Amino acid sequence: MNGPKVVFKIPIFGGINISETLVIGWFVIAFITVVILWLTHDMKKVPETKKQVVAEMLVNTVNNLIKDNLGPKHMIYAPYIAALFSLSICGSLVSLIGLRSMTADINVTMGWALICFVMITYNKFKYNGFLGYFKGYTEPVVFMTPLNIISEVATPLSMGFRHFGNIAGGMVITSLLYAALGTLTKVLGLSLSFGGYDFNIFTVGIPAVLSIYFDLFSGFMQAFIFIMLTMANVGGAIPEEQQ
Amino acid sequence: MELERAIVLGASAIGAGLAMIAGIGPGIGEGYAVGKSCEAIARQPEAKGDVTRTMFIGCAIAESTGIYGFVVALILLFGNPFINKIAG
Repeated sequence: MNGPKVVFKIPIFGGINISETLVIGWFVIAFITVVILWLTHDMKKVPETKKQVVAEMLVNTVNNLIKDNLGPKHMIYAPYIAALFSLSICGSLVSLIGLRSMTADINVTMGWALICFVMITYNKFKYNGFLGYFKGYTEPVVFMTPLNIISEVATPLSMGFRHFGNIAGGMVITSLLYAALGTLTKVLGLSLSFGGYDFNIFTVGIPAVLSIYFDLFSGFMQAFIFIMLTMANVGGAIPEEQQ
Repeated sequence: MELERAIVLGASAIGAGLAMIAGIGPGIGEGYAVGKSCEAIARQPEAKGDVTRTMFIGCAIAESTGIYGFVVALILLFGNPFINKIAG
């Protein structure tokens, strides 16, 4: 398992490294944009085509999630949650094509967790005031303050690490499995070699069964958990009456 | 110099193994949760969909402390920060 490779350098400000994560992220963004443009092309007021029904179903799902967790006054977060979920699921599923998952990079998941932390802090400032925010750390008892600070910092950290750990762990196990099956094939003498590339017969099919758990199930669950936790934490920062 | 490097590498390997002991917790906790959800389904088979979905979400959250230990082991094995400190 290696970190993301540097694909090219932009020669300004002393050379900015553009890693695999960014390039694959661009592909994912382009793919999601194309899918959305295709889904929302030629819509009519009463849906006649199946793709409009699918598009409306997706929007309704996200809107209902936001209404349940954040209340009808905060529908502004719905596009962010939908974008985050589609980025996360597509970023994890590119490993099915053989590319390195975008979310197997700690910077990506920590960036999203940092955005969630900013949203929580902003809502706490907005509904409790400047002094009320700091006073919130001393509740319910004053000597709980360090524990409250730790739990405040630990929430986005744990979200980022959970997402990264699951996807990167799947990547490590899959690459170890490929290496082990390749070595097994070479030991049995069934390996064919074309130029610099080996074709090992045992690496066909068996990792695909495991990738149903590691790529499909784990990617979907982690994306879903990430947005549910984002909504639950931001909803926790908004007092009940304002929801 | 070689001795220091050897000690750091050996200790990192032992540390990575010890970090994976954190895998016991989610194993026990999630097994208990799945057992409870099986009981719930046995009591009310119509709620199977809801119970199963909640169980999966709960297991994914409970997994996180095991993943923390896994991340520490990965850092020690593949991105060891102590090796560079002894070069100077």
